[in-house]
Amino acid sequence: MTVLNSSRRKLLGRALAFGALSLLPGCDFDNVQHPDLADDFLRLMSGWNNEVQAALFNPNTLAPTFKASQITRPPRFNAFYDISMAPHVDVATWRLELSGQIGDRRPWGVTQLRALPQESQITRLVCVEGWRVIGQWSGVPLRHFLRAIDADTRARYVAFRCADGYFDSIDMESALHPQTILALDFLGAPLTAPFGAPLRLRIPTKLGFKNPKSIVALEVTNKWTGGYWANQGYNWFSGS
Amino acid sequence: MNATQVAAGLRGGRHGDIPARRVIHPWPLRVMHWVNAVAIITLIGSGWQIYNASPFLPFTFPEWATIGQWLGGAIAWHLAAIWLLMLNGLTYLTWGVASGHFREKLLPVTPHAVLRDAWAALRFRLPHEVGTYNAVQRLLYLGVIALGILAVLSGLAVWKPVQLWPLSDLLGGFFMSRIVHFIAMTGIALFFVVHLVLVALVPRVLPPMIIGGHLEGRGIHQ
Repeated sequence: MTVLNSSRRKLLGRALAFGALSLLPGCDFDNVQHPDLADDFLRLMSGWNNEVQAALFNPNTLAPTFKASQITRPPRFNAFYDISMAPHVDVATWRLELSGQIGDRRPWGVTQLRALPQESQITRLVCVEGWRVIGQWSGVPLRHFLRAIDADTRARYVAFRCADGYFDSIDMESALHPQTILALDFLGAPLTAPFGAPLRLRIPTKLGFKNPKSIVALEVTNKWTGGYWANQGYNWFSGS
Repeated sequence: MNATQVAAGLRGGRHGDIPARRVIHPWPLRVMHWVNAVAIITLIGSGWQIYNASPFLPFTFPEWATIGQWLGGAIAWHLAAIWLLMLNGLTYLTWGVASGHFREKLLPVTPHAVLRDAWAALRFRLPHEVGTYNAVQRLLYLGVIALGILAVLSGLAVWKPVQLWPLSDLLGGFFMSRIVHFIAMTGIALFFVVHLVLVALVPRVLPPMIIGGHLEGRGIHQ
């Protein structure tokens, strides 16, 4: 995403290629703070596409799973910064902060999370850019965790904040999907910094950027909080 | 007022025994044609930008030919324009069947007629007949409709490989769906190029696609 972001800046102000669209000046989310007519139109359509995807989403449809021999090696790092910038979180002092419509908001440590039943999956991560990798993750199914903290699963969203400033939110239906897990391990070992230590969301029914890494806070809410990329123009639902 | 003037006055009218002049391209077709042009250009331009984010062939499309400026903008345009294309396309297919347009203009198309007309075209001996499509044109129009349908289906498979897994499996999985989608785009883009070249060679076909045009008695085989 780093490459994209810088090339995007480089391309700011570039004239549109085709006359058909030249009537829409400065469009395509050039300036998030000052949306123009084209931005408003694209946001409207993206909102409609969120609705369509929510309607298409079947809670019983499982993402494909793969054999161990199909795992992508070496694993591919991806973030909106270089691998050297990945946040190093002290696992001993790390706590998952809870807020919103949750009965028991006491923060959780890694040891407590590991004490919950774990599930493993070998699934495919599809990036919004078009590439895909296969990996093996294991951790606590989010629906089990939401039950453990007495969360109101009738709320609309589950939102995440990360150690690197990244944030995102997902719809409750997707949060309760059996393959949506709070992953602690990747490729059979605890997550490392570039891959989201100590805790990341693994949700194979959505695109890669909907899998926030190094989570430090979880909120159950009816308020739409968007996401790092969704706020810049990517479709928020981004289901797969 | 003599008989000729009366006939001229009645021309285009719907009474008397002189038939109304027939429009070369009826208005629904013209509207759908230009809506389709906007949708296709937006989809291909934004699609090239999306491809550039993760190319699977040893080239990328030049930035000036893309729409959206960055991946997020391109995806937003792509997933907005697809609704225009699908609504317009479904209207076109429904209208084409209901109005008899497909039956009258695009069918039949036989291998023999295609070979005959293709051979004539290669020797520049295939005249343009206003209001009638030759066999090569029929094949190309039917072919690009099929490619449009393939592009929509493969696009759906790329968009939703999990929820629409039967479609994804049918096309050979996520990556194969991308390739099929790319091939369909390439076919449509080649059609577009040929289409524009032919319009440039026979420019009098353009105004009827804008204002309709009329089939005159002696103009049919002009």
